[in-house]
Amino acid sequence: MLSKSQARTFFLGGTVVTFLAFIGLTVYSLQPNNDQTNHDKIDAKVVRGKELWESNNCMGCHTILGEGGYYAPELTKVIDRRGENYVKAVLQSPVPWAPRGRKMVVYKMNDKDTEALIAYLKWIGNINLNGFDQVVSPLAKDKIKN
Amino acid sequence: MKYKSQKVAYWFFALCMLLFSLQIVYGFIMGFARIGMDGLHDFIPFNTARAVHTNLLVVWLLTGFMGAAYYIIPEESQRELVNVKLAYVQLISLAVVGVVAIVGYHFNYWEGRKFLEIPRELDFLVVINVLLFLGLILATLFTGKRKTTTALVLSMGLLFAALLYLPGMIWFDSQVTDSFFRWWVVHLWVEGVWELIMGGILSYLLIKLTGVDREVIEKWLYVIVGLTFLSGILGTGHHYYYIGVNKIWLIVGGIFSALEPLAFLAMALFAMYMYRKGEKSHPNKIALFWTIGASIVSFIGAGLLGFAHTLPQTNIYTHGTLVTAMHGHYAFWGAYAMIVLAIISYVMPNVTGRKLYNNARGHFAFWCANIGMLGMTVAFGVAGVAQVYMERKMKMEFMEVQNEISIHFVVLLLCATLFATGIILYIIEFLGYGKPTDEALVAAESID
Repeated sequence: MLSKSQARTFFLGGTVVTFLAFIGLTVYSLQPNNDQTNHDKIDAKVVRGKELWESNNCMGCHTILGEGGYYAPELTKVIDRRGENYVKAVLQSPVPWAPRGRKMVVYKMNDKDTEALIAYLKWIGNINLNGFDQVVSPLAKDKIKN
Repeated sequence: MKYKSQKVAYWFFALCMLLFSLQIVYGFIMGFARIGMDGLHDFIPFNTARAVHTNLLVVWLLTGFMGAAYYIIPEESQRELVNVKLAYVQLISLAVVGVVAIVGYHFNYWEGRKFLEIPRELDFLVVINVLLFLGLILATLFTGKRKTTTALVLSMGLLFAALLYLPGMIWFDSQVTDSFFRWWVVHLWVEGVWELIMGGILSYLLIKLTGVDREVIEKWLYVIVGLTFLSGILGTGHHYYYIGVNKIWLIVGGIFSALEPLAFLAMALFAMYMYRKGEKSHPNKIALFWTIGASIVSFIGAGLLGFAHTLPQTNIYTHGTLVTAMHGHYAFWGAYAMIVLAIISYVMPNVTGRKLYNNARGHFAFWCANIGMLGMTVAFGVAGVAQVYMERKMKMEFMEVQNEISIHFVVLLLCATLFATGIILYIIEFLGYGKPTDEALVAAESID
C-alpha cells in the first residue's frame, strides 16, 4: 500500500518533471523559427491597435483568436469577411451600431486610431491558427477557397 | 474555534457574501442583455457587466480562500495568528482595491484582457496586498507548533497563486504572446494551484467532519494534488491549440488535458470514501452537504464537461463559443464556489457559538442553488451546441444565430432566479449567525 512519503514523492516529482517540460515547451514554441504570427510585421500601428483593443475592452463582447465575451461577432477574420470600410464605419459611427438589435458601444473613433485598429485586425487575420482560421469564420473560409 | 484570531475569517466571509451578491446582479444584467433587454446599455454595457461579473467571481473566491486560510492555519499550526491588526488592514485594503477596480470598469479604467481586467497600476497594489496576506499566513505556519500537510498544501497553493499573478502583469506587443502568458495566470490558477487550495480546504473539512485519521486523508491529498499538477501544468496546452502557436501543443495539450478529470475524479472518490469510512457523526450536516457536493460537482463541471470539449478535434469547433461558458459556470461553481460555501458553513457556528445548522432553510438554499446552477449549465450547453452547429457548420451569421438561440437565455434566466434564491437564503443563514464572539472559544469545544 502507498505510504505517505511515497505519495509526497509522487506529488513533488510529478510537479517538478511536468513543470520543467512545460518551461521547455514554452521556450521551444516561442522560438523565432516557430513563429506563426508574422511577428516581424508588428509595427507601431499594430501595437497602437492592440492598446486600443485593450483599453476599450473589446474582448468583453467580441472574441478574437477564439477568446472573449461570446456576445458580439468573432473578429479574427473580420477584415477578410467585411472589408476595411465596413470596420471603419462601425468604429466611427456616431450612434450605437446595432446589427439585429444588439447594441455596440459608441466609439466615434478618429481616423488615426481607426487606422491603427484596422492594422491590428489585419495582422491578427494573417496568423496561422492551426486550421481554426478555416472554421472560425465560414464566410472568410469561402473567400479563402475562391 | 480554538484561537481568538480565527475570528478574522468571519469578516472575509462577510465580504465574500457582498461580492458574490453583486456578481449575481451583474450576471442578470448580462442575461437580460442577451434576450434584448439592454435598457442599461448606456450606463453598463455588456463588456462592463462582463468584466465586473468575472472579476467579482475571482475576488470573492480569493477572499473566501483568504478567510479559510485565516481560520485553518492558526488551528493547524496550533497558535494565534501572528498579527491580527495587519490581517484587518489586509482585508480593508483588499476591499478598497476591489471597489476601485469595479467602479473603474464603469469608466473605461481597465485592461481588456479576459479575467485580468484590473489595470496594471492596481496590479501592484494587489501584489502588496497578497504579500501581506502571505507574510501573515506563512509566519503563523512556520512559527507554529506543528506543520501539517493540510496547512502546507493550502499555503503552497496560496503562494503559487500569488507568484503566478506576475506573468499577467507583463506587457507584450503581440496579442498571441499576451494570450500565451495570460493563460499562465488563468489556467494555472483554476486548473492548477487553486486545486491545491481546494484540496487543502477539502482535506481540513473531511478531517473535521468525518473523523477519519489525518494521516490517511493527507496521504491521499498528496496523490490528488500530484495528479492535479501532473495533468494540469501541461494541460495548459489546450488553450494554445488555436491562438497562433506551434502545433506541438495540439498533442501535448490534448493528452494531458484529457487526463485532467482524473484529479477531480480522485477528489470525488476521496471525499465519498472518507465520508463512508468516517465514524464520527458531526452535527453540522449542511457543511457536509456542501463539502461532498463540491467534490462531486467539481468532477462533473471541471472534469467531465471540461473533457467534453478539450480534445483538439472537438475544440476546433467549440473554441470561442458558449460551450466554454457552460463548462466555466459549472466548474467554478463546483470546484471553488461550493468549497468556499462549505468552509463558511463549517466556520460560522464555530466563530459565533450558535449552532443554527439544523434547519430547513440551509438545506433549501443548498438545493435551490445547485438545481439552479445545473439548469443554467444545461441552458448554456444547449445554446452552445446549437451555436456551434449553426455558426460553424451551417455558416450562419453570428447575430442570426444569436437570435435563434436567445430562447435558451430565457431558460437560463429562470434557472438563474432559482440559483439566486438559493444564494439569498444562504446569505440569510449567514446573517442569522450574527457576529463572532470570544464566547465561542468555549462553545466550540463540543462542535470540534
